[in-house]
Amino acid sequence: MSLGFDKLLDARGLNCPMPLVNARKEIGKLDPGQVLKVVATDRGSVADFQGWAKVAKNVELVAQETEVMDGANVYVHYVKRTT
Amino acid sequence: METRADTNTAEPSRAPSLEEKLRDLEQRLTEIEERVPDNRVTLVVFSGDLDRALAAFIIATGAAAMGQQVSMFFTFWGLSVLRKGTELSDKSTFQKMMAVMSPGSSAGLPVSKMNYFGVGAKMLRSMMKAKNVNSLEDMISLARELGVRMIACEMSRDVMGIKESELVGGLECGGVATFLADSLKSRTSLFI
Repeated sequence: MSLGFDKLLDARGLNCPMPLVNARKEIGKLDPGQVLKVVATDRGSVADFQGWAKVAKNVELVAQETEVMDGANVYVHYVKRTT
Repeated sequence: METRADTNTAEPSRAPSLEEKLRDLEQRLTEIEERVPDNRVTLVVFSGDLDRALAAFIIATGAAAMGQQVSMFFTFWGLSVLRKGTELSDKSTFQKMMAVMSPGSSAGLPVSKMNYFGVGAKMLRSMMKAKNVNSLEDMISLARELGVRMIACEMSRDVMGIKESELVGGLECGGVATFLADSLKSRTSLFI
Protein backbone atom coordinates (compact mmCIF):
# COMPACT_ATOMS: atom_id res chain seq x y z
CA MET A 1 0.00 0.00 0.00
CA SER A 2 1.30 3.41 -0.84
CA LEU A 3 -0.59 6.48 0.29
CA GLY A 4 -0.27 10.02 -0.91
CA PHE A 5 1.77 12.47 1.11
CA ASP A 6 3.08 16.01 0.81
CA LYS A 7 6.36 15.71 2.65
CA LEU A 8 8.66 12.88 3.67
CA LEU A 9 10.57 12.81 6.93
CA ASP A 10 13.35 10.29 7.26
CA ALA A 11 13.69 9.49 10.95
CA ARG A 12 15.55 6.23 10.45
CA GLY A 13 18.23 5.59 13.03
CA LEU A 14 16.74 8.07 15.47
CA ASN A 15 15.52 7.06 18.87
CA CYS A 16 12.84 8.20 21.27
CA PRO A 17 11.78 11.02 21.40
CA MET A 18 13.39 12.30 18.19
CA PRO A 19 11.03 10.80 15.55
CA LEU A 20 8.15 12.49 17.37
CA VAL A 21 9.98 15.77 17.97
CA ASN A 22 11.12 16.03 14.35
CA ALA A 23 7.67 15.08 13.06
CA ARG A 24 6.16 17.79 15.18
CA LYS A 25 8.58 20.33 13.73
CA GLU A 26 7.87 19.24 10.17
CA ILE A 27 4.11 19.15 10.50
CA GLY A 28 4.20 22.74 11.68
CA LYS A 29 5.55 23.69 8.27
CA LEU A 30 2.68 21.98 6.42
CA ASP A 31 -0.66 23.50 5.55
CA PRO A 32 -3.87 22.11 7.05
CA GLY A 33 -4.96 19.05 5.11
CA GLN A 34 -1.45 18.10 4.07
CA VAL A 35 0.08 14.77 5.03
CA LEU A 36 3.53 14.06 6.43
CA LYS A 37 5.04 10.64 5.86
CA VAL A 38 7.47 9.62 8.58
CA VAL A 39 9.82 6.70 8.13
CA ALA A 40 11.34 5.44 11.39
CA THR A 41 13.28 2.48 12.68
CA ASP A 42 12.26 3.07 16.30
CA ARG A 43 9.65 0.41 17.10
CA GLY A 44 8.28 2.56 19.92
CA SER A 45 7.30 5.20 17.40
CA VAL A 46 4.25 3.09 16.44
CA ALA A 47 2.63 3.61 19.84
CA ASP A 48 4.13 7.10 20.17
CA PHE A 49 2.47 8.40 17.03
CA GLN A 50 -0.84 6.89 18.11
CA GLY A 51 -0.50 8.68 21.44
CA TRP A 52 0.40 11.94 19.77
CA ALA A 53 -2.64 11.80 17.49
CA LYS A 54 -4.85 11.01 20.47
CA VAL A 55 -3.63 14.02 22.46
CA ALA A 56 -2.97 16.70 19.85
CA LYS A 57 -5.98 18.38 18.36
CA ASN A 58 -4.40 19.37 15.07
CA VAL A 59 -3.04 16.03 13.90
CA GLU A 60 -4.67 12.90 12.59
CA LEU A 61 -2.96 9.58 12.11
CA VAL A 62 -4.11 8.54 8.67
CA ALA A 63 -2.29 5.22 8.48
CA GLN A 64 0.61 3.22 9.84
CA GLU A 65 2.42 0.39 8.18
CA THR A 66 5.51 -1.72 8.61
CA GLU A 67 7.86 -2.27 5.71
CA VAL A 68 11.09 -4.16 5.37
CA MET A 69 13.88 -1.97 4.09
CA ASP A 70 17.45 -3.24 3.74
CA GLY A 71 16.53 -6.28 5.81
CA ALA A 72 15.29 -4.22 8.76
CA ASN A 73 11.80 -3.30 9.87
CA VAL A 74 10.80 0.25 9.06
CA TYR A 75 7.76 1.85 10.61
CA VAL A 76 5.88 4.27 8.39
CA HIS A 77 3.43 6.83 9.74
CA TYR A 78 1.14 9.07 7.72
CA VAL A 79 0.18 12.08 9.78
CA LYS A 80 -2.24 14.73 8.56
CA ARG A 81 -2.31 18.26 9.82
CA THR A 82 -5.99 18.99 10.40
CA THR A 83 -6.02 22.64 11.40
CA MET B 1 -54.42 29.36 64.35
CA GLU B 2 -51.24 28.22 62.58
CA THR B 3 -48.03 29.41 64.21
CA ARG B 4 -45.34 27.54 62.35
CA ALA B 5 -45.52 28.74 58.82
CA ASP B 6 -44.48 32.36 59.28
CA THR B 7 -40.70 31.88 58.69
CA ASN B 8 -41.38 30.37 55.30
CA THR B 9 -44.08 32.75 54.27
CA ALA B 10 -42.21 35.91 55.32
CA GLU B 11 -40.81 36.11 51.83
CA PRO B 12 -42.98 34.39 49.36
CA SER B 13 -40.90 31.88 47.38
CA ARG B 14 -41.01 32.10 43.64
CA ALA B 15 -39.40 30.09 40.90
CA PRO B 16 -36.13 31.66 39.67
CA SER B 17 -36.50 33.35 36.34
CA LEU B 18 -34.80 31.96 33.27
CA GLU B 19 -32.36 34.85 33.39
CA GLU B 20 -31.38 34.05 36.96
CA LYS B 21 -30.93 30.38 36.11
CA LEU B 22 -28.73 31.30 33.18
CA ARG B 23 -26.60 33.62 35.29
CA ASP B 24 -26.20 30.92 37.91
CA LEU B 25 -25.19 28.37 35.29
CA GLU B 26 -22.70 30.76 33.70
CA GLN B 27 -21.09 31.39 37.05
CA ARG B 28 -20.83 27.69 37.77
CA LEU B 29 -19.36 27.07 34.34
CA THR B 30 -16.70 29.73 34.91
CA GLU B 31 -15.81 28.12 38.22
CA ILE B 32 -15.51 24.71 36.60
CA GLU B 33 -13.44 26.08 33.70
CA GLU B 34 -10.98 27.57 36.15
CA ARG B 35 -10.42 24.10 37.56
CA VAL B 36 -9.87 22.36 34.26
CA PRO B 37 -6.14 21.78 33.74
CA ASP B 38 -4.27 23.32 30.82
CA ASN B 39 -2.44 21.13 28.34
CA ARG B 40 0.52 21.31 30.62
CA VAL B 41 3.08 18.94 32.13
CA THR B 42 5.14 19.92 35.16
CA LEU B 43 8.30 18.13 36.24
CA VAL B 44 10.30 18.51 39.43
CA VAL B 45 13.91 17.59 38.77
CA PHE B 46 15.26 16.90 42.24
CA SER B 47 17.87 14.36 41.21
CA GLY B 48 21.31 15.18 39.89
CA ASP B 49 21.75 11.74 38.33
CA LEU B 50 22.45 11.52 34.62
CA ASP B 51 19.91 8.77 33.98
CA ARG B 52 17.12 10.50 35.84
CA ALA B 53 17.89 13.84 34.21
CA LEU B 54 17.70 12.12 30.83
CA ALA B 55 14.33 10.63 31.69
CA ALA B 56 13.12 14.08 32.72
CA PHE B 57 14.28 15.69 29.48
CA ILE B 58 12.89 12.91 27.30
CA ILE B 59 9.49 13.36 28.93
CA ALA B 60 9.76 17.14 28.66
CA THR B 61 10.70 17.22 24.98
CA GLY B 62 8.21 14.48 24.12
CA ALA B 63 5.42 16.34 25.88
CA ALA B 64 6.38 19.60 24.18
CA ALA B 65 6.34 17.84 20.83
CA MET B 66 2.86 16.55 21.60
CA GLY B 67 1.67 20.08 22.05
CA GLN B 68 1.85 20.37 25.81
CA GLN B 69 3.27 23.34 27.65
CA VAL B 70 6.08 22.06 29.84
CA SER B 71 7.56 23.44 33.05
CA MET B 72 10.64 21.94 34.65
CA PHE B 73 11.41 22.94 38.19
CA PHE B 74 15.01 22.22 39.21
CA THR B 75 15.75 21.89 42.89
CA PHE B 76 18.54 20.56 45.15
CA TRP B 77 20.74 18.07 43.27
CA GLY B 78 18.80 18.79 40.10
CA LEU B 79 20.52 22.17 39.93
CA SER B 80 23.73 20.32 38.97
CA VAL B 81 22.09 19.52 35.63
CA LEU B 82 22.06 23.25 34.85
CA ARG B 83 25.51 24.13 36.12
CA LYS B 84 28.11 25.48 33.76
CA GLY B 85 31.03 26.09 36.09
CA THR B 86 32.33 26.49 39.60
CA GLU B 87 33.16 29.71 41.39
CA LEU B 88 34.43 29.51 44.94
CA SER B 89 34.55 33.18 45.93
CA ASP B 90 32.07 34.49 48.53
CA LYS B 91 31.07 31.01 49.67
CA SER B 92 31.01 29.47 53.13
CA THR B 93 33.30 26.53 53.87
CA PHE B 94 30.45 24.04 53.52
CA GLN B 95 29.28 25.66 50.30
CA LYS B 96 32.81 25.47 48.92
CA MET B 97 33.02 21.80 49.89
CA MET B 98 29.73 21.13 48.19
CA ALA B 99 30.77 23.07 45.08
CA VAL B 100 33.98 21.08 44.78
CA MET B 101 32.37 17.71 45.48
CA SER B 102 29.37 18.06 43.19
CA PRO B 103 29.48 17.99 39.40
CA GLY B 104 30.48 21.30 37.82
CA SER B 105 28.26 20.73 34.79
CA SER B 106 25.89 18.22 33.23
CA ALA B 107 28.92 16.49 31.73
CA GLY B 108 30.02 15.41 35.21
CA LEU B 109 26.74 13.89 36.40
CA PRO B 110 26.93 10.39 37.88
CA VAL B 111 24.47 7.59 37.15
CA SER B 112 22.09 6.49 39.90
CA LYS B 113 23.31 2.88 39.80
CA MET B 114 26.70 1.36 39.05
CA ASN B 115 28.46 4.70 38.79
CA TYR B 116 31.87 3.41 40.02
CA PHE B 117 33.43 6.87 40.32
CA GLY B 118 32.13 8.04 36.97
CA VAL B 119 32.99 4.98 34.90
CA GLY B 120 29.33 3.98 34.83
CA ALA B 121 28.27 7.39 33.54
CA LYS B 122 30.88 7.27 30.78
CA MET B 123 29.72 3.77 29.85
CA LEU B 124 26.09 4.83 29.68
CA ARG B 125 26.97 7.84 27.52
CA SER B 126 28.95 5.73 25.07
CA MET B 127 26.20 3.07 24.99
CA MET B 128 23.64 5.75 24.22
CA LYS B 129 25.83 7.23 21.52
CA ALA B 130 26.19 3.81 19.94
CA LYS B 131 22.39 3.57 19.82
CA ASN B 132 22.11 7.08 18.42
CA VAL B 133 20.19 8.38 21.44
CA ASN B 134 20.61 12.11 22.00
CA SER B 135 22.99 13.17 24.74
CA LEU B 136 21.68 15.00 27.78
CA GLU B 137 23.21 18.24 26.49
CA ASP B 138 21.41 17.83 23.15
CA MET B 139 18.17 17.20 25.03
CA ILE B 140 18.62 20.34 27.11
CA SER B 141 19.10 22.53 24.04
CA LEU B 142 16.20 20.76 22.32
CA ALA B 143 13.99 21.50 25.32
CA ARG B 144 14.91 25.18 25.07
CA GLU B 145 14.18 25.18 21.38
CA LEU B 146 10.74 23.69 22.06
CA GLY B 147 9.95 26.40 24.59
CA VAL B 148 10.18 24.31 27.75
CA ARG B 149 10.05 26.58 30.78
CA MET B 150 12.98 25.94 33.13
CA ILE B 151 12.85 27.26 36.65
CA ALA B 152 15.72 27.10 39.15
CA CYS B 153 14.58 26.86 42.76
CA GLU B 154 15.77 29.99 44.50
CA MET B 155 15.81 28.50 47.99
CA SER B 156 17.94 25.43 47.25
CA ARG B 157 20.24 27.49 45.04
CA ASP B 158 20.77 29.86 47.95
CA VAL B 159 21.27 27.10 50.54
CA MET B 160 23.79 25.27 48.39
CA GLY B 161 25.48 28.55 47.55
CA ILE B 162 25.17 28.07 43.81
CA LYS B 163 25.43 31.45 42.15
CA GLU B 164 23.28 32.42 39.22
CA SER B 165 26.50 32.91 37.25
CA GLU B 166 27.31 29.22 37.83
CA LEU B 167 24.11 28.18 36.05
CA VAL B 168 23.37 28.22 32.35
CA GLY B 169 21.48 31.23 31.03
CA GLY B 170 17.82 31.54 30.21
CA LEU B 171 16.50 30.20 33.49
CA GLU B 172 13.68 31.61 35.55
CA CYS B 173 13.93 31.61 39.30
CA GLY B 174 11.08 30.76 41.60
CA GLY B 175 9.84 28.99 44.65
CA VAL B 176 7.25 26.43 45.66
CA ALA B 177 4.37 28.63 44.57
CA THR B 178 5.85 28.94 41.09
CA PHE B 179 5.89 25.16 40.86
CA LEU B 180 2.42 24.76 42.36
CA ALA B 181 0.89 27.44 40.15
CA ASP B 182 1.96 25.37 37.16
CA SER B 183 1.40 21.90 38.60
CA LEU B 184 -2.12 22.70 39.78
CA LYS B 185 -2.95 23.60 36.19
CA SER B 186 -1.20 20.53 34.78
CA ARG B 187 -2.56 17.22 33.64
CA THR B 188 0.56 15.49 34.84
CA SER B 189 3.15 16.38 37.46
CA LEU B 190 6.19 14.22 38.10
CA PHE B 191 8.89 14.28 40.75
CA ILE B 192 12.13 12.95 39.38
